[in-house]
Amino acid sequence: MRLTCPLCGARDLREFSYRGDARLMRRPAAGAAMEDWHAYLHLRDNPAGPHEELWLHATGCRAWLRVRRDTTTHEVLSVELAAEGRG
Amino acid sequence: MAYSAWDIFKNGLIGQRDWAPVWRDPEPKPRYRVIIIGGGGHGLATAYYLAKVHGISDVAVLERGYLGGGNVGRNTTIVRANYLLPGNSEFYSHSLRLWEGLEQELNYNVMMSQRGVLNLCHSDGQFDAFARRGNAMRIQGDDALLLDRAMVREHAPFLNFEDERFPIRGGLLQPRGGTARHDAVAWGFARGADSLGVDLIQNCAVTGFRMEGGRVTGVETERGYIGADTVGMAVAGRTGQVAEMAGFRLPIESHVLQAFVTEGLKPVIPGVVTFGMGHFYISQSDKGGLVFGGDLDFYNSYAARGNLPMVEHVMEAGMAMIPMIGKARVLRSWGGIMDMSMDGSPIIDRAPIDGLYLNCGWCYGGFKAVPGSGHCFAHLIATGSPHPAATRFRLDRFETGRVLDEEGTGAQPNLH
Amino acid sequence: MSRLPSGGQIDRGQRLGFDFDGKRYGGHPGDTLASALLANDVRLVGRSFKYHRPRGILSAGSEEPNALVEIRAGGALSPNTRATVQELYDGLRATSQNRWPSLRFDALEVNDLFSPFLAAGFYYKTFMWPKAFWERVYEPLIRRAAGLGRLSGKPDGEPYDKAFAHCDLLVIGAGPAGLMAALTAAEAGAEVILAEEDFALGGRLLAEQLEVDEMPAAAWAAATVERLSAMANVQIMARTTITGAYDGGTFGAYERVGEHLGALPPDLPCGTFWRIAARRAILAGGAHERLIAFPGNDRPGVMLASAVRTYLNRFAVTPGQRVAIYTDNDDGWRTAEDLLSAGVSVVGLIDSRADAAPKLDCPVIAGGAIVGTEGRLGLRAVTVRTESGTRRLEVDTLAVSGGWNPAVHLTCHMNGRPVWDDAIAAFVPHPGAIPGMEVAGAAAGRFSTHAALEAGRAAASRVLDDLSIAHTAPDLPAAEDAPTRISPVWHVAGKGRAWIDLQNDVTVKDVALSAQENFRSVEHMKRYTTLGMATDQGKTANVVGLAVLAELTGRTVEETGTTTFRPPYSPVPIAAMAGRAGGSHFQPHRHPPSHRFSSERRAAFVEAGLWHRASFYPAEGEHHWRQSCDREVRMVRESVGVCDVTTLGKIDVQGPDAATFLDRVYANTFSTLAVGRVRYGLMLREDGFVMDDGTTARLGEQHYLMTTTTGAAGQVMDHLDFAAQVLWPELDVSFISVTEQWAQFAVAGPKARELLSGVIEGPVDDTAFPFMGCGPVTVAGVQGRLFRISFSGELGYEVAVPARFGASLFRELVRRAEALGGGPYGMEALNVLRIEKGFLTHAELHGRTSADDLGLGRMVSAKKDCIGKVMAGRPGLSGPERQQLVGLRPAGPVRKLVAGAHLFSPASQPGPATDDGYLTSVCFSPALGTMIGLGFLRNGRARIGEQVRAVDLLREQDTLCDVVAPQFVDPEGERLRG
Repeated sequence: MRLTCPLCGARDLREFSYRGDARLMRRPAAGAAMEDWHAYLHLRDNPAGPHEELWLHATGCRAWLRVRRDTTTHEVLSVELAAEGRG
Repeated sequence: MAYSAWDIFKNGLIGQRDWAPVWRDPEPKPRYRVIIIGGGGHGLATAYYLAKVHGISDVAVLERGYLGGGNVGRNTTIVRANYLLPGNSEFYSHSLRLWEGLEQELNYNVMMSQRGVLNLCHSDGQFDAFARRGNAMRIQGDDALLLDRAMVREHAPFLNFEDERFPIRGGLLQPRGGTARHDAVAWGFARGADSLGVDLIQNCAVTGFRMEGGRVTGVETERGYIGADTVGMAVAGRTGQVAEMAGFRLPIESHVLQAFVTEGLKPVIPGVVTFGMGHFYISQSDKGGLVFGGDLDFYNSYAARGNLPMVEHVMEAGMAMIPMIGKARVLRSWGGIMDMSMDGSPIIDRAPIDGLYLNCGWCYGGFKAVPGSGHCFAHLIATGSPHPAATRFRLDRFETGRVLDEEGTGAQPNLH
Repeated sequence: MSRLPSGGQIDRGQRLGFDFDGKRYGGHPGDTLASALLANDVRLVGRSFKYHRPRGILSAGSEEPNALVEIRAGGALSPNTRATVQELYDGLRATSQNRWPSLRFDALEVNDLFSPFLAAGFYYKTFMWPKAFWERVYEPLIRRAAGLGRLSGKPDGEPYDKAFAHCDLLVIGAGPAGLMAALTAAEAGAEVILAEEDFALGGRLLAEQLEVDEMPAAAWAAATVERLSAMANVQIMARTTITGAYDGGTFGAYERVGEHLGALPPDLPCGTFWRIAARRAILAGGAHERLIAFPGNDRPGVMLASAVRTYLNRFAVTPGQRVAIYTDNDDGWRTAEDLLSAGVSVVGLIDSRADAAPKLDCPVIAGGAIVGTEGRLGLRAVTVRTESGTRRLEVDTLAVSGGWNPAVHLTCHMNGRPVWDDAIAAFVPHPGAIPGMEVAGAAAGRFSTHAALEAGRAAASRVLDDLSIAHTAPDLPAAEDAPTRISPVWHVAGKGRAWIDLQNDVTVKDVALSAQENFRSVEHMKRYTTLGMATDQGKTANVVGLAVLAELTGRTVEETGTTTFRPPYSPVPIAAMAGRAGGSHFQPHRHPPSHRFSSERRAAFVEAGLWHRASFYPAEGEHHWRQSCDREVRMVRESVGVCDVTTLGKIDVQGPDAATFLDRVYANTFSTLAVGRVRYGLMLREDGFVMDDGTTARLGEQHYLMTTTTGAAGQVMDHLDFAAQVLWPELDVSFISVTEQWAQFAVAGPKARELLSGVIEGPVDDTAFPFMGCGPVTVAGVQGRLFRISFSGELGYEVAVPARFGASLFRELVRRAEALGGGPYGMEALNVLRIEKGFLTHAELHGRTSADDLGLGRMVSAKKDCIGKVMAGRPGLSGPERQQLVGLRPAGPVRKLVAGAHLFSPASQPGPATDDGYLTSVCFSPALGTMIGLGFLRNGRARIGEQVRAVDLLREQDTLCDVVAPQFVDPEGERLRG
């Protein structure tokens, strides 16, 4: 697999590490219900198909990336900087 | 038909004419008392024990592909009961005891081979952690031996003791651990369940659930609607998708784990050896292939195949630990879809919907769990209360914080 | 000798000597081991896996299931080497395998006699009585018979490399399609890699009597290769198997760099495993001819018809003197033609098609089938059945063509399922199965030379268009364009076994039994019979097996479906995919600045992550680590010790929002920390459990220096990056790891200040550096930093200088310490010192402990949010049900404690229900003169003052202990502030 880092270009999979579902970007407020916290931390998206997820260009530029990738084909559909893609 | 030495002899003389089909291919009935979704090891074992232990044979197992085609057919066949935490400890202990009588129970040779599972450690800290784990195993009533470096060398002289990156400090050996013939386990349970009246229905994917008043009343399938009083899910790898059909989410991600087998070689590795520093484990099959694997590929996947970085890492770890395997040629690599839960431990519990039961989250430890999981899941479905060996595999533990985190890595599935 | 007097692509000028099973033979450069064996009339080469049937050479490629041998010796012993791939070199020594005592007389051939009882899956039905016999009797017997070749049992003595390559176009296979594709793309200026498994380029062009562009096909191939070689944008990789197709245009490839050389030159690896990133790929890997399952089809001398042509045309070897051909398609006729033109006697051409009428100068038996063979160690005769009866033909070789299977393997690696094509009676690749890959020529089911050339050019053209590379297509050379005519015969009924999978001894009867027992899914059949699971992974067997299953179950092949092919395409040595990263090179070694000093002092080392840290420094006369450790501990408690703590993670945090950021990632508060002060920090994971701890210093208003534990440095860095970029990108904060930039040494003990006063310019007293103070200092003229912190409980400092000064500063500190009666101390002493104080390490911070468990619950600030705060409030993370940190001291006659022991109430019997906790860390405390331990005990804080048993069943220890607070020495911290 290869990911195109917005800062570094197309790079091999071995430079990256992975965190999972991009919902981890949307941390609940401190006062939110435990239910919301539980959902945030544990009930992640797990689709067979396009998936929004967080990757770290760990041995590259250290940017956290928001990646759209198909979990059935591993096709990378889009990559953007997590810090800029908080849609 | 029951297998006996006489049958083997007789059929040898008559050109194998007399062997009956191992299972029927029944048409689905309109309604069953229990439907088990998933004809893998767990689903088939559940159906078997429902019929055998609880006398419930009005059961259908619905399988989207062929029986035993999921992870039970694509794992590295390791059986062990060497867990640390209460919850896992008693469950895997229970499962291992079931394994030990499985051939006689099923009248089918699953080739359970207790040649030992040796885990290696490389520092005093890891050695202490192994001592804690070994004691937990002994307290549970299982076997465990703590080996120092010299004892490891005696047990497994083929390991690297000369040119080591992580010198072997010692090991934890479970002599009763070992391997079994994975396909045979699925087939043995399938044959047993079928002979007790369970309908095994292949090529019958579930496409949806029907519910009335918050209760499951049946499932939609590729072969039409099938009604049921109770539905059990045993679809590890696809749990998220099936749960989605039922309208709820689970603390599970699907990940790919690769495994490898070499060409057949004369036996050199007697039991199972694991190398924690490299996430590497290896055994040698009765056919002669070295069967080995490593860590998850680390990204969510339903593709049942991995990529080269992990392939190479596994080979490097193998060469670090057992340099004599260098000339063995890798024959085949494959991937399985792992049901990775948020704490690395499974769930056997009621679903948030009445009449629906969950058996999921087996991570990469599902094979050794097959008899225990089937036994405990059948108990839950039949009696409505958890089996004593599986009381802590609760779904609500993520909300209460009573998680079973063997690795201590938290809610990060790819690290378990 | 079966070498023809002329022809072939071998160098007759040179003779190469080689051994097979100890017997000496000769061959020529250009030979494979298989062609050289055939040239020397060696026909018996191996034994099958299950029945130990005598076997010869079937094929001329990597799909060979029979002719597997061991070559080389010692650590280089290479089992299961395909004689059909292995190039001959002078001095090659090959040995047959899976036989005892010899290839001709193999004791386990007895299995063949018992074969009626050893049908598919028989072992699932037996070996169960009596129960204990499985492990004691049956399985050992089965394992003794397992496997084919042997491993040496020694470390692999030969080096392997790994490499990356990048290209616009990867062409896989250098037959007519591949050569034409490579030429088309190369002439357009694309960066092309042309990979070929064989050592010679040309594919079937090397093996056929064909003309391309009005010259012999092999000559055209050579000329084309020469043209390509001259182009700077083309990389030709012979002896290179593309092993797998992976995501994003990545391919694995194994290049057999030195496997064809007798002795490996010092600068060459045995092989190189390549990772090729290709923008596009063209698969032109050709096709494999298949066998027909007729009775007795496994004898040495039964060969694939195309292989017979390969040996004849390329190697100038005739596999036999009296040859028959059995075919169900026109391709078999070519073998007859080539044999006849080489002057070999063709006893008969048996074509299964009744209307077959080839114009050949040999007996043709149309509508015939082979129903039996003779010859134990080599074929002697075949029996042919026609409508008019049966005939026996005396032959020594039978060339069989059951049609061709396109090499679809790579197209299956990403789950693509091949598609059945009735016209050629074979599977062809699923279009688009691998993104960015085209399939051309025989691999796509287009078998004529013309079609292959045309398809190669067209595929390259499409790729070039796709990549927007302007091109003009080269002229298409003239070549034959024979149609594919086949009327497939999968198996021939008759008396005797008809093999499908030769190596695993799977016969038509086994497939029939599998269907009879309702193992009718292709996957069930494969797994039940082991068909397709041999070293060729079904290249020779799968399609025939599927077709037989389809016939037996009354389905079409299409309905029956297919099993899939997975990487690698052909087997690759483990060592090759590990490259140089085996043994001690598995992971990097990290050495702190004191490493050389410690080595000189004969220190023992301990692994800490990738670091090697000094464990203890043995002094004159010390023979046991405890002697050194106890001395070092006393030294720190009584005078002064120096310890290298560079390995701790150091993260420099700066920016206007640095304080806010730290407040959010730490459980406790850092915005209130004064400049010039240090604070202990506790970091939680978002799930509320403790992730790490460490001290963080405030160096300036907007400048902090965080330390992490050695093992968690990387994890914490990822975590901070996540928090800053993903959770709170609005915060203006920057940070970077400076672990490697700063050397840092602990100086601890009552004389620590005295020692440092001599090295550091300016005062280091309580005013300048109060407890938990920090600031810049000048150390021997170098700008450094001083922190008044302690992990030992003694008056302690940590002094930091840029890493390049670390080694000399450490020596200087040790020299001064020794002058004061102190010296260096290692991890063992450090551990004792911290246990005596109840400080934590990864033994306690193992990812399953909460702040409350550790007695640090009050550190989680109530005044602010932080990562992990909410989830730490879940009921399961605190309270009496939890095991809490306590100290333990032996209270009875047994004085020994071992880490990993579990804790029980004195009265209870050890069992799962009574298990109350465990010991994490133990040591002998020189200060107290006894062993002490830290551990987690259920509701432990409330049980201080009670007694528990520490039971270790593994080492048979049972120690009665007092439960005490987890601080054994100086609980008030007076010495720290000293």
